[in-house]
Amino acid sequence: MPSKYRSPVMDRRSFVKIVTASLGSMMAAIVGLPVIQYFISPALGKTTSDDWISLGSVDNFPFDIPTLFNFAITKVNGWERSSLSYGAFVLRKEGQDPIVFSDVCTHLSCRVNWNEEKSEFYCPCHAAFFSKNGEVVSGPPPRPLDRYEIRLDGDQLFIHLTEG
Amino acid sequence: MAENVFGWLDERLGLKAIYDTILDRKVPKVNWWFTLGSASLFLGVMQGITGMLLSVYYVPTPDHAYDSITFIMTGVQFGWLIRGIHHWGASLLILTAFIHMLRVFFYGAYKYPREFTWITGVTLLICALGMGFTGYLLPWNQRSYWATTVGSEIAGTVPWLGDFIMRVLRGGSDLSALTLSRFFSMHIWIIPAIVLAVVGTHLYLVIRLGISHIPDKDS
Repeated sequence: MPSKYRSPVMDRRSFVKIVTASLGSMMAAIVGLPVIQYFISPALGKTTSDDWISLGSVDNFPFDIPTLFNFAITKVNGWERSSLSYGAFVLRKEGQDPIVFSDVCTHLSCRVNWNEEKSEFYCPCHAAFFSKNGEVVSGPPPRPLDRYEIRLDGDQLFIHLTEG
Repeated sequence: MAENVFGWLDERLGLKAIYDTILDRKVPKVNWWFTLGSASLFLGVMQGITGMLLSVYYVPTPDHAYDSITFIMTGVQFGWLIRGIHHWGASLLILTAFIHMLRVFFYGAYKYPREFTWITGVTLLICALGMGFTGYLLPWNQRSYWATTVGSEIAGTVPWLGDFIMRVLRGGSDLSALTLSRFFSMHIWIIPAIVLAVVGTHLYLVIRLGISHIPDKDS
């Protein structure tokens, strides 16, 4: 190549390298940045719920024995309407408002069972025990079982389900 | 700093040698038609990347396939872009690969010692068509359902073995969940595995043999 066509700054080879690298990075960014959004966008849409769930007449629950009440809520996740099941332990005491525990273990969200013989809630995942009042007896849970806010309408028992 | 890191890695991995072999090869004076192989490779890589991304949301069952794609198009941010690239890239890849083949044919570049490169290339073209055929069913809409009905019916016209081939394609006598899942498996595992191996061979041969020059009066 005659010297008058030569750039004093860089040779042809480094020019091509720089152009290739910058065009390549631009293309990668144009595709790459949307990919992040593509991945995380379903995680950003929070589905909140704020419902009062009817547990029926409070007289259906025995005194002094935590009794499981199961209910299901339908939610739309992606394109699918999924039915999520919940459990609530109702503990009635003479002359007091009933206490309603969530059956979700406060450790890592397994479901707890009531063991009537030992009078304890038991979580099988990591051997966690809670007392009848939901206090941690032993095991890894950081706090007592969560309690639902309740409402009594005559003899009708409602719990407040809030999420999100 | 960067040079030190590169130097350390290069000493152990031989990066410079790889770079020189793959990118600093000697090439004859060529023209733009010679870029179509690289273009096909680029599009193939894009199909791989966007395909992996689509599999984040796509579900290959009759219950969910159509709905999951509708969700990709309307419910996921930039889902339309990822699927759009996969959709249009597929057609474009067939186009670039086909013109690449025509270039090789008309320049006589398939001749000695590059016959095996040609054979691997034809294998890749067939694989690309197979990817097109299997991918077409995955949206599980009316068009893909009937296209696959017709496509497998055509395979059924092969003498003697036709009915057997059709049943193997469909995984039974009818289009069903079995058809969808086996097409999906072909589309994301089996054909890509073959493509990967054959593309590797194809590129190895291109590097090993170099590319042929444009034919002149002497050749």
